[in-house]
Amino acid sequence: MNKLKLAVSILALSAASASAEDIKIGLISILEGNFAVSGTDAIRGAELAILDVEGSVDGNKIEMVSMSSDGSPDTAVAAARKLIEQDGVDIILGPLSGSEGLALRDLSKSYPNVTFINGSSAAQDTTLRQSSDNFFRFGGDGAQWMVGVGDYAFNDLGYKSVAVVAEDYSFPYTQVLGFMSEFCAAGGTVPEKFWTPIGNSDYSSVVYAIPQDVDAIFVALGGADAVNFLTQYDQAGGDKPIIGGSTTIDQSILESKGPFKKLLIGAPAGSPTVGDYDGAEWQAFVKAYTTNYPDAFSAPSIFAHHYYMAATAALLALDEVDGDLSNDHAAYREALTNLSFTVPTGGTMRLDANRNGIVDNFVTEVYEREDGTLGNRVIKVVRDVSQSLGQDPEAFLAMGPVSRDNPSCP
Amino acid sequence: MTFFFIVTLNGLTLAALYFLAASGFSLIFGLMRIVNMAHGALLMLGGYVGYSVVDMTGSWSIGVIAGGLAAAAAGAIVQAGVLGWMQGDELRQTLASIAISIIMADLMLWYWGGITYQVELPEALSGGLRLPLLGVGYANIRLALIGFALVTGLALWIFIQKTRMGAIIRAGVDDQQMLRALGYPINRIFILVFALGGMLAGMAGVIAASALSIAPGTDLQFLLSSLVVVIVGGMGSVGGAALGALLVGLAEQYGLAYAPTYGVVFTFAIMVLVLAVRPQGLLGRAEQ
Amino acid sequence: MRYALIVIPLLLLPVLLNDFWLTQVMTRALILGIVALSLSFLAKYLGVVSFAQAAMAGAGGYTIAYFGPNSVNIGIELPFWISIPLALFLATAFGGLIGCVARRSRGIYAIMITLAIGIAFFYFTRQNYALFNGWTGFSGVRAPLIGGISLRAPVPLYFMSLLSAVVSMMLVSGFARSPMGLAIQAVRDAPGRVMALGISVSTPIIAAFAFSGLLAGTGGILNVWYQERISSFSVGFGPIIDILIIAVIGGLRYPSGAFIGAIVFVMLDTFAVDLVDRERFNTLIGTVLLLIVIFAPNGLQQLVMDGAAKLRRAKQPTN
Repeated sequence: MNKLKLAVSILALSAASASAEDIKIGLISILEGNFAVSGTDAIRGAELAILDVEGSVDGNKIEMVSMSSDGSPDTAVAAARKLIEQDGVDIILGPLSGSEGLALRDLSKSYPNVTFINGSSAAQDTTLRQSSDNFFRFGGDGAQWMVGVGDYAFNDLGYKSVAVVAEDYSFPYTQVLGFMSEFCAAGGTVPEKFWTPIGNSDYSSVVYAIPQDVDAIFVALGGADAVNFLTQYDQAGGDKPIIGGSTTIDQSILESKGPFKKLLIGAPAGSPTVGDYDGAEWQAFVKAYTTNYPDAFSAPSIFAHHYYMAATAALLALDEVDGDLSNDHAAYREALTNLSFTVPTGGTMRLDANRNGIVDNFVTEVYEREDGTLGNRVIKVVRDVSQSLGQDPEAFLAMGPVSRDNPSCP
Repeated sequence: MTFFFIVTLNGLTLAALYFLAASGFSLIFGLMRIVNMAHGALLMLGGYVGYSVVDMTGSWSIGVIAGGLAAAAAGAIVQAGVLGWMQGDELRQTLASIAISIIMADLMLWYWGGITYQVELPEALSGGLRLPLLGVGYANIRLALIGFALVTGLALWIFIQKTRMGAIIRAGVDDQQMLRALGYPINRIFILVFALGGMLAGMAGVIAASALSIAPGTDLQFLLSSLVVVIVGGMGSVGGAALGALLVGLAEQYGLAYAPTYGVVFTFAIMVLVLAVRPQGLLGRAEQ
Repeated sequence: MRYALIVIPLLLLPVLLNDFWLTQVMTRALILGIVALSLSFLAKYLGVVSFAQAAMAGAGGYTIAYFGPNSVNIGIELPFWISIPLALFLATAFGGLIGCVARRSRGIYAIMITLAIGIAFFYFTRQNYALFNGWTGFSGVRAPLIGGISLRAPVPLYFMSLLSAVVSMMLVSGFARSPMGLAIQAVRDAPGRVMALGISVSTPIIAAFAFSGLLAGTGGILNVWYQERISSFSVGFGPIIDILIIAVIGGLRYPSGAFIGAIVFVMLDTFAVDLVDRERFNTLIGTVLLLIVIFAPNGLQQLVMDGAAKLRRAKQPTN
């Protein structure tokens, strides 16, 4: 028995010594199921950041271990635990989706000696309420991703009244908040919100319930749900303009197959990532992406973009402390907190008091490219978007957590 | 009031789609007592193949036929290769078909990817018309669904009740041994039934991919709806499936329109309720 | 004696394994095994394959989350010595209720009605915020502290799960031999005769489901402590199928098979990423399930027993 224990501890020791000079980053993404395509692109983003530093920081080799979740919080937590306990990683980078982010934020409190850097997960409460000292997000939340759109809809497009059709869970709630906080403040009204179950495919009854006197419809549905709603709305003779959420009009929808797409032309949306953006930093990023991954998308997705920013932040801070992770990462976390760097969208990324990113956001519009495919073009860039959406943080918090009924301006 | 009528019409057209999707499932269960949990996967395979063929040929009808044939072939393979070897062992067949559906869904995800597909409709079915009396626009394809469902239901009923082949199949269900003794190739007949059920599923898949859309998860959605439709109605009877489809389609649309928060629970609550009161379904025959 | 041979090595595992293996592999397998045991109990003794076990486990788990410390500010915090019995009671009652609803269903119909219950429960938890906190569910659920030691710490959680598994196994074999257990098996074999004797068939069926709810609820409570969270994902179609897969891999007719199935499942789930392309995990698990159903319809437990019997026979001449 003792022999066996000895053998086990030798194994453990040798594993530890092999990594003494390496810095291990554990990557969590969704590599199975419906989101596998997005999850794979997220990995590419992180790899690009490591390529930028040629795989090492101040002589410390960076080793990346990736684990998959299936998009559920339970599997994200399991993946993180395996990375920490079995692979002995120093830094966790991820996850991809909202509920997973909340789960890892909670988990991070149990592992004070590991630093968690969020991937692309965008739930608001991950950092806003009950933030965790060792959980960082170099990106925005779902509300930040809509900044600029409400204002644009009211002032530039002249919409006074907008109906909302969105999926019935936390991410769309947050997106609706991002839209409504500007739109309502500008004087617009949202007379009715339709929360539909995720995966609902027949929206025909919702289509007919939309009031006739609204100027536009704000649609925060993702994937197949968006396709179904838009098609059925068109078939029923609906003619209100569409305003899109960040996942309603992303590139994966625009590249989906089917006739519904013509409805989207001209639709504005909010997004932190725009494939066709012509900023110099972005174009350089796109070039690096397409050179390294010729078989991937035509431009980095929102996921590649966010994992790239997260990994870049992780590596920049490592460089600042010369790879010193001693004392439970104290110096490293200090460096992360004070980091300030230029992101591919051209703005300056830095963190607020809750370790949430102050970010760039875009108001976009769907247009038809010359070859007939659809893309998003930039209408407006909004810089320095804070998590409280420019409002006083205290007052913003006092509004309470988002829900089906909060916010409201009928 | 207008809204109520429209929601009812939506419920009816959705019921038609559910009936189409469930007809193959009902056929296989009614005649062979196999609960084919791979039904949703067969439907999705039909939808994907249908999309690819329509994209290639530009003809919607060819797409529907191709989708049907692909799923028919897959259904025949499933029955001949796996389920046929477990004849009479319902539970094992159910479990095996679950395994097959997991594998099929994953392979389809691998081949067609996670994006959403929508089959382009032919000129006659695309777009919408203005409904008389109600005065609102309505999609042609949704009205066509009712026609498709009626034709399919009628054809199925005639096939089972009025043709010689149907008589043989019914006889095979009642007394396999006797039929075998009479020299009928019962295994081949069952493969044929499975192929037919697969074909119905595949064609429904193309129609569903045209009326709605198709993406990973569609298989589960239609598997569950078919289970509810067929089981609520009473397994194995065409009339029962029609009744089940009506209940489910209407419940879903009324739920969505008037109680969106819990609407999605209704469908399954109805199934639980019906089975609790009548374990064999509304129109099903009680089993021994 | 035979149990001692299995249990004693298990007691020594914490000395041998690191936290990862102990918690992520062994504890998780024990917990999943207990839930799967609740399924194979019903399958073996009542002849019913239930798809509602994830819902019963969820009833226990959600109760612990609602009445325990959590980070979503929903529910009432009760001391663990109240919340644990309450969770077990509610899971048992929920099991009994499901049994009552499904009491007239047999075979394939029983599968369908329990599946409908499982899916309805899943959608309900996803849509209801007052009790279940909807899509997001409960997070930050903490296991009780006893004498300053958290039950979530690797070794206590492992022993707690092992103890629960052993007790569950003992309860199953004891219950099966009790008068009620015998009545349950009589209902399985000849419901007509049971009725002819003037005994209600409903009571044994409801009792069997209630007992299975107790087992599932035990697993559900442990699972919430282990995950430190519960949400609609924990009771969805995925977990429903996972529990079934585990029970089938182990062998539906063997209660102990549930734990063998759970170990195999957890190993595949954790290490498949090192064996096959992670993207094709579902093809792998589907193929394993299909092969088991085709070639070993009674599961791995039967294979092991057959293998052991063969070994014994092979050995005999030399003795």
